[in-house]
Amino acid sequence: MSRRLTFRAPGIALRLDARTLWVSGALLLAALAAVTLTVVAVGIRLPLADIAEILRGGGRRADRFVLLDLRLPRVCLGLLTGAALAVSGAVFQSLSRNPLGSPDIVGFTTGSATGAVLAIVVFGAGPVGSAFAAVVGGIATALIVYGLTARGGGSVRRLVLVGIGIAAMLVAVNSYLISRARLDAAQSAAVWLVGTLNGRTWDYVRLLGIALAILTPPLLLLSRRLQMLAMGEDSARSLGVPVAGSRLSLMVLAVAICAVSTAATGPVAFVALAAPQVTRRLTRSPRVQLLPAAITGALLMVLSDFIAQRILAPAQLPVGVVTGAVGGAYLAWLLSVQWRKGNG
Amino acid sequence: MTSRLSGSDLTLAYDHHRRVVAEHLDVRIPDGSFTVIVGPNACGKSTLLRALSGLLAPRHGTVALDGAAISSYRAKEVARRLGLLAQSATAPEGISVADLVARGRYPHQRLLRQWTPEDEFQVARAMAATGVTELADRAVDELSGGQRQRVWMAMALAQQTDILLLDEPTTYLDIAYQIDLLDLCADLHEQGRTLVAVLHDLNQACRYATHLIAMKTGKIVAEGNPREIITAELVEDVYGLACQVIPDPQTHTPLVVPAARSARGARSAG
Ligand SMILES: Nc1ncnc2c1ncn2[C@@H]1O[C@H](COP(=O)(O)OP(=O)(O)OP(=O)(O)O)[C@@H](O)[C@H]1O
Ligand SMILES: [Mg+2]
Repeated sequence: MSRRLTFRAPGIALRLDARTLWVSGALLLAALAAVTLTVVAVGIRLPLADIAEILRGGGRRADRFVLLDLRLPRVCLGLLTGAALAVSGAVFQSLSRNPLGSPDIVGFTTGSATGAVLAIVVFGAGPVGSAFAAVVGGIATALIVYGLTARGGGSVRRLVLVGIGIAAMLVAVNSYLISRARLDAAQSAAVWLVGTLNGRTWDYVRLLGIALAILTPPLLLLSRRLQMLAMGEDSARSLGVPVAGSRLSLMVLAVAICAVSTAATGPVAFVALAAPQVTRRLTRSPRVQLLPAAITGALLMVLSDFIAQRILAPAQLPVGVVTGAVGGAYLAWLLSVQWRKGNG
Repeated sequence: MTSRLSGSDLTLAYDHHRRVVAEHLDVRIPDGSFTVIVGPNACGKSTLLRALSGLLAPRHGTVALDGAAISSYRAKEVARRLGLLAQSATAPEGISVADLVARGRYPHQRLLRQWTPEDEFQVARAMAATGVTELADRAVDELSGGQRQRVWMAMALAQQTDILLLDEPTTYLDIAYQIDLLDLCADLHEQGRTLVAVLHDLNQACRYATHLIAMKTGKIVAEGNPREIITAELVEDVYGLACQVIPDPQTHTPLVVPAARSARGARSAG
């Protein structure tokens, strides 16, 4: 066990894990570095001095456009969605006691895409309509997966397996819908197959920011109950956690956070799965770490997007392609580890 | 006899009420008693404890805690008055002993008051009382069964409740630790706590209980002071085991000695 730091003041008595603190600090610095790298060097170079000049209100018009209208909103959206996916993933992994219980594995993000694709292909929805449909689609998928597993005990393993099945079906549904659509609708719907930050403006950042500002604080307040729920229903209950209500609130908030973030970018694979796991390995703490996981998620997302923009420059890959490739390898490794431990 | 914790006309069932474990069960835990529940496997002892602690909502009847239905309290309020050591609990993967015991303080903590000197003191005291202080930094899932059992006991102690329900607290413990733990329970009882423990060893039950409850298939068949109720007939009735009851040479409480195999007319092998 690592060292604990105790903070006491009148009315306040907290205890924090030393290693978690410095790991979080290091992650934060890394995220800051990744943001700087992206803003400076993702395409034409904008030296830091120029950036400072632009932020003070000066600079050349073209540079101002690149920084203020292209790069900054994009990197901000990356930070927000990365953090949101990570938090949602951490909550689900903890509740299901399984890394594979992540929203991106059990079909919630794919369900969001199905909602958006349906709205575009069938109802001819625009960007706002499809984002709204994505939120609805994600929540509906969660309800379906939960409904299918809640009966008969609602075992966790079943939730994961049913979710993986639903996810595969939804991928097929999405492809089918797009293949039957008119060309223009198919083009705008295809964006929803792989998550992307391409062409995202401040509007997206603002909307997602507001949604997260509403959804995240209650989730953080519930995080101690989330810790206690990891002890199993009976122990949590006998220590004073209202189990059913806490679990429901946590799930609703986590589903909503995942859905709004997917509405902004489309389904970005594996961040929700990997960020909490990476954080867990770095902090070596058995606790669920929502804030450190959020920082890791933001870092992973911004780094992935940097790679996505650089690797085939000037062509820009969707960030979901990069997270999919890296995350897929990570998933294969995780599965093989679980398999060997005999609880796959 | 006053009773802060009681159940009246309880029907206890699992699986959406399909598997009924007990019906019309009335039970009162005398205040300040060391109540021990005995009975054969699957007769409903753990189920009764779960109902008394509010974990299992009875299908019919009510469990009353301090004069009000236990279901009417907030979960945290119940946990400040009543603690439960469950029969099978699993610790989160990788959690350390000190962290697990500290979780017993949850019902006393608030968002900004999570680790007061009182919390620290009670956790240290609970670990010392159960002899797990040296294990503080070890991971719970790497401990032996008996060590783990003592850690869970420490967690329940750290909760500092007036009423403590213990489901088979002596399982996995070697004979010395069993006696240690029962002595610890007796100390707590002397300090004024109300204890309810499920035990399988009738002789230990007779030595330590001030109030004994004998159960059989969901019913209470006898209760009272063990010296008065434990007889060969009762044991035969509850467990279907022929035996002799003699005074314990140390404590003069009843000592149950199972009849020899030959006297029971045991089946011959093959
Ligand atoms: N979670 C459950 N779901 C369904 N049935 C259960 C559950 N727990 C216990 N039962 C059933 O209820 C009955 C009583 O079980 P209980 O655990 O109360 O027995 P017990 O007296 O504590 O036994 P033991 O001495 O073995 O611990 C048994 O028939 C058991 O199969
Ligand atoms: Mg039992």
